[in-house]
Amino acid sequence: MSAYHNNSHDSHGNHDHHDDDEVHVSMRDYTIGFVLAVVLTVIPFALVMGGLIESSLTTALVILGLGAVQMVVHMVYFLHMNSKSEGGWTMLALMFTLILVVITLVGSIWVMYHLNTNMMPGMNHEAIESIQQLK
Amino acid sequence: MSDLAMNTAMNASAGSSIDPSARYYVKEHHPKNGSSLGFWIYLMSDCLIFACLFATYAVIGRNYAGGPTGAEIFDLNLVAINTAFLLLSSITYGVAMVGMQNRKLNTTLLWLGITGVLGLAFLAVEIYEFWHFISIGATPQRSGFLTAFFALVGTHGLHVFFGIIWLVVLLFQLKKHGLIVENRRRVMCLSMFWHFLDVIWIGVFTFVYLMGVLP
Repeated sequence: MSAYHNNSHDSHGNHDHHDDDEVHVSMRDYTIGFVLAVVLTVIPFALVMGGLIESSLTTALVILGLGAVQMVVHMVYFLHMNSKSEGGWTMLALMFTLILVVITLVGSIWVMYHLNTNMMPGMNHEAIESIQQLK
Repeated sequence: MSDLAMNTAMNASAGSSIDPSARYYVKEHHPKNGSSLGFWIYLMSDCLIFACLFATYAVIGRNYAGGPTGAEIFDLNLVAINTAFLLLSSITYGVAMVGMQNRKLNTTLLWLGITGVLGLAFLAVEIYEFWHFISIGATPQRSGFLTAFFALVGTHGLHVFFGIIWLVVLLFQLKKHGLIVENRRRVMCLSMFWHFLDVIWIGVFTFVYLMGVLP
């Protein structure tokens, strides 16, 4: 227990950590974030459950866009992301990770696009259904 | 530990100009918010795990192997309820953070507790959903789609489960030691973890559930 205290005192050098060890949070930020998040969640659910847009492709693109916007909202208002925290290192780590995520996702989809091209038609859901309908 | 303390004491009394070992002492500088940056790096590595699982789902998420499709088995009402639970738990955690900033222990404990209950409600609905899928034969080994689905959504659920364990442990620590600097750091790290899981869930409900039921 004493080592525990020693450590916290020695490594920080001062006893008052109130300002330098914590992010400042405000109820206002959380409320704005929450309201935006609710709106950005309700819209895609309404679009899909109500079938408001005829084309599936348009709906998919719209809800993907809204999802991306909502992620940014959560990052800013809940995770307190900004370019200045930790001297910019969190932002740098995030950018690096996002690049890796994009490479992983886009690369996988691109490379595996023709995955099913040489499969037997029997493995295909639609083909099985059409065969069953023929019977 | 005692050796180190003695050395430090000797240095202080002997003076650095006499003791040659003094030049090898590096006064360790603890960076501001060091644990917060470290935890952020962990979250980013966790993000890569989810990126791989999302990529897997993107590649084999439509390989039904004659089994059920997402449109056939997903119940969007359940997903909407689950999303509401997670969103609410984000704002309740926010209230706990504000309470901690104002050094109000009971407020922090109360709202952290509510957050934990919402997390448990989320897990309960998800476990019910999984149980339902498995009971109708939509098991992970049924098709590529279901393998990718259970891997991705299950990993997220597992994170929430461990988040709740962390939260319960933290409640006991807060009760015992109060809002000391170590506990405040832990509450802040858990808040990052919790909000991060919420961000991942946005990807899950958009990409897996909503796009899964599109005709």
